[in-house]
Amino acid sequence: MEILMSVIIGFLFMAAVYLLLSRSLLRVIIGTGLLSHGAHLLILTMGGFEGSAPPVLADGVTDFVDPLPQALILTAIVISFGVTALFLVMAYRAYQELETDNMTLLKGNDEHD
Amino acid sequence: MTNLLLFPVLIPFLTAMILLFFPKRITAQRAVTVTGMIASVIASTVLVSVVLRDGVQAVTLGSWPAPFGITMVSDPLSAGLVLTSNLITLAIVFYSFRSIGKGREKNLYYSAMMFMLTGVNGAFTTGDIFNMFVFFEVLLMASYVLIVLGGEKRQLRESIKYILVNIVSSAFFVTTVAMLYSVTGTLNMADISAKVSEIGQSGILTVIAVMLILVFGLKGAIFPLYFWLPSSYAAPPVPVLALFGALLTKVGVYAIMRTVTLLFPHDPGFTHELLMILAVLTVIAGCIGALAYYDLKQIVIYNIIIAVGVILFGVAQMNMAGLEGAVFYLIHDMLIKAGLFMLIGVIIAITGTSNLREMGGLMKTYPGLAWTWLIAAFGLAGIPPLSGFFGKLLIVQGAFEADNLWGGIIILASSLLVLLSVIRIFIHAFWGEPKPVKGTTAGVYRGLLIPAVIVTALTVMYGVGTEWLRPLMWDAAEILHQPSIYIDAVLKE
Repeated sequence: MEILMSVIIGFLFMAAVYLLLSRSLLRVIIGTGLLSHGAHLLILTMGGFEGSAPPVLADGVTDFVDPLPQALILTAIVISFGVTALFLVMAYRAYQELETDNMTLLKGNDEHD
Repeated sequence: MTNLLLFPVLIPFLTAMILLFFPKRITAQRAVTVTGMIASVIASTVLVSVVLRDGVQAVTLGSWPAPFGITMVSDPLSAGLVLTSNLITLAIVFYSFRSIGKGREKNLYYSAMMFMLTGVNGAFTTGDIFNMFVFFEVLLMASYVLIVLGGEKRQLRESIKYILVNIVSSAFFVTTVAMLYSVTGTLNMADISAKVSEIGQSGILTVIAVMLILVFGLKGAIFPLYFWLPSSYAAPPVPVLALFGALLTKVGVYAIMRTVTLLFPHDPGFTHELLMILAVLTVIAGCIGALAYYDLKQIVIYNIIIAVGVILFGVAQMNMAGLEGAVFYLIHDMLIKAGLFMLIGVIIAITGTSNLREMGGLMKTYPGLAWTWLIAAFGLAGIPPLSGFFGKLLIVQGAFEADNLWGGIIILASSLLVLLSVIRIFIHAFWGEPKPVKGTTAGVYRGLLIPAVIVTALTVMYGVGTEWLRPLMWDAAEILHQPSIYIDAVLKE
């Protein structure tokens, strides 16, 4: 299971890097989404897959999963959701204002305004 | 157990929440912000005195025992940084009244500022590595708003890159925390430190240490990772630039200081050597940048990068002198950078440009500004008795004690280049033939200059009062040098 998860996480990271390096801003944003998915799955994997019962206090249950990674993922998901929403809005606004979503045209400094 | 150390986090947070309810009423916005900031400054002053009197303060939220709940810790270093951040933000709030413009004030500018301060104070105070990630996100979200607020073309273009760099570095941060959790099984920094010294720093932990340096280095702008900083920071208006330059990179520097001294002090042959090399390269790259530009903003922005290198060089020595110097220099740099950015804001308001070639002769018309700039420039370069001197003296002393002769010499030589870079501004802007300038009203000039002069005066006091501040800095450096004090304070309760 750990091996399978590692391969999936690696694949997500690979796809994210490919998308981050592309020119279209929308692809870049999707890339950041995949990157955070990979990170979240990594937290899950790093917590370990031992334990069979949910981490709820009940009589007779001793073999429960580690609840902490789940709490961490929940927090990280909410944060990445918020950041992605903001990023999308900002990308749309930038597209309206600058009339391009091509990252190579978004270079430049004062002289190229 | 005391809740006092939560107040500098909670007061700006509540202020920001209140401000959200009436965004269009500027007078009320200003009044609430100033009230909240003064309360926050008072709370953090009390916190510093309590920490000095009673030692490290720790509180674990929800009354859980220490490694299980989220711990907040205030040692002299974090309390001092929290107080400095609050003072600087208060000064920048006053500075914003005359410079940020009504449009931004009506669109939650102060609210975003307070949220950012919440994140900064939280990141300085937290004792839990995942909680530190959360506070980083809080301050980053607020900084995304601040950098793009106003929606000029240039701001939009640069803020997209800024957000992208920070999202990637946040994803790395989460990845690193996950790995750290799998090795140590805990997220409480004191507990991690205790576990690491029990099980020994294996290879995987050194990899994690380097990943943490990478993550915080991206935020703090160390050598190969600073390329996003100059153009991003130059995009927003000057008060936002002052806030970013004084606080944001320093949070990254603080995080590196905390993690390499507390979590990973056992393999200095690799991690600290790496950090030292990167620090020296950062100083050199910053010096090149600071001398290359004829743009006021860029010159001072590259000086941020130089200062980051100097501080981390002190940290990498891992002896008392180096660490104490790093703490001294960190707080000095926050104050002086705020002062310098506020002063170039005044110059830009007067001349209407940030290009050095288009200005000159301001000495005749604005002597107060000129002399304040000269004092701030000397303070930045570290001419005794001004504030930059003592920190750099200790850092160089630490380098010589640790037999890093060349590093120490490069740090010393960089002071000269720093002085040259800011004196160039003095020569071009204040000396020479007066050139026609846009000018500004006396009210705006006073409104901008007074907060800047107050911050500069603070740096002068910081330099002159070195002996008086020494106990605080000594305590801070001792805790960095001997993590057991920190661990005991957190885990004993």
